[in-house]
Amino acid sequence: MMKRDDCLKALARHVTDADIVLPVYSTAFDWITIRPHPLNYLSHGAMGLASSHGLGLALGRPDKRIIVLDGDGSLLMNLGTLVTVAEVAPPNLYHFVCENGTYEANGGHPIPGRTNLDFAGFARSAGYRTVHTFTDLKIFEQQIGAVLAEPGPVFVDLKIVTPGPQERDYSRIHGPHVRKAFREALAAG
Amino acid sequence: MQVSAQMAGETAALAGGGIIAAIKASGIDYVVSVPDITTSEGLLRPLARTTQPRLIRVCKEDEGIGICAGLAYTGKRALLLIQHTGLLDSINAVRGVAVEYALPICMMVGLLEKEPGVPPRQSKRYGVRIVEPVLEAMGIPYHEIETDADIGKIKPAIDGAYAGSHPVVMLVGRRPS
Repeated sequence: MMKRDDCLKALARHVTDADIVLPVYSTAFDWITIRPHPLNYLSHGAMGLASSHGLGLALGRPDKRIIVLDGDGSLLMNLGTLVTVAEVAPPNLYHFVCENGTYEANGGHPIPGRTNLDFAGFARSAGYRTVHTFTDLKIFEQQIGAVLAEPGPVFVDLKIVTPGPQERDYSRIHGPHVRKAFREALAAG
Repeated sequence: MQVSAQMAGETAALAGGGIIAAIKASGIDYVVSVPDITTSEGLLRPLARTTQPRLIRVCKEDEGIGICAGLAYTGKRALLLIQHTGLLDSINAVRGVAVEYALPICMMVGLLEKEPGVPPRQSKRYGVRIVEPVLEAMGIPYHEIETDADIGKIKPAIDGAYAGSHPVVMLVGRRPS
């Protein structure tokens, strides 16, 4: 099992200024601290929709890598997205799920089926081109660069521990200034 | 008089080809859809045979809201083609993504089992009757597409949504031919 912020720091070393990253909820607050950037797409409007926004971005901007940092509870709210993404098969979409078995932003309650679920299995059977599972940080650090060089859609299950309390100022991800900055950055290149 | 007006409405026509032409004229790049029986044969099936606009089949309507939002940021136009049951199921996504974020989410919504020629609010179907009041409560503009005379509303509705960055709903009240 890994710490989420360690995984995100490792990932950030391979994310370029051209990439669009869509982190959700608790992951978003970690990510914007580790890698603040106007091409962080933070406003998803409803739980579970990050990968759907990501698919739209992937279709509209095939020149950019789209990196979705989903949560396990979020993905459970929109499991059909795995099927849709796999059918559309955008080569520039990278779909990570940070799996800690809890609705972390909503009180830390367990997700249903936490001991039985196989998110990588879901993605594989839905038809993602490549599926990875990581439980060891050193291996993740060694392989993440190569993973992001693979043609998508790629699914990556990160097995993480639940971190401690986190300060969450939701205006940092839902505020209109965030979307304005993203829109301007995307239009600029 | 009301009965004869309704009878006239029942026999009026709605050409699917005209609606598709209006969709294309509006610059729609992608149609994102969950099948709807009202629009199945007259719109979705012919749209599935074309490459422009490209059809994206989704598993659930709120997925489509997210996809259309992502496309909107990239400057691509999209139309979400769904059934009113799916619209009702997606209210939270519409609220958050389309209304609160003020994004041009354009929805063409089949009114399942609405009686041809009958205004949606006068339908015998509860689910149909509540659609327009729900949209009004959410502040979302909508247009009834009931006969060929309404097809001219489509392009201005879509152009207006993108120009003003707001959602719009077009309610298809009968099966297009």
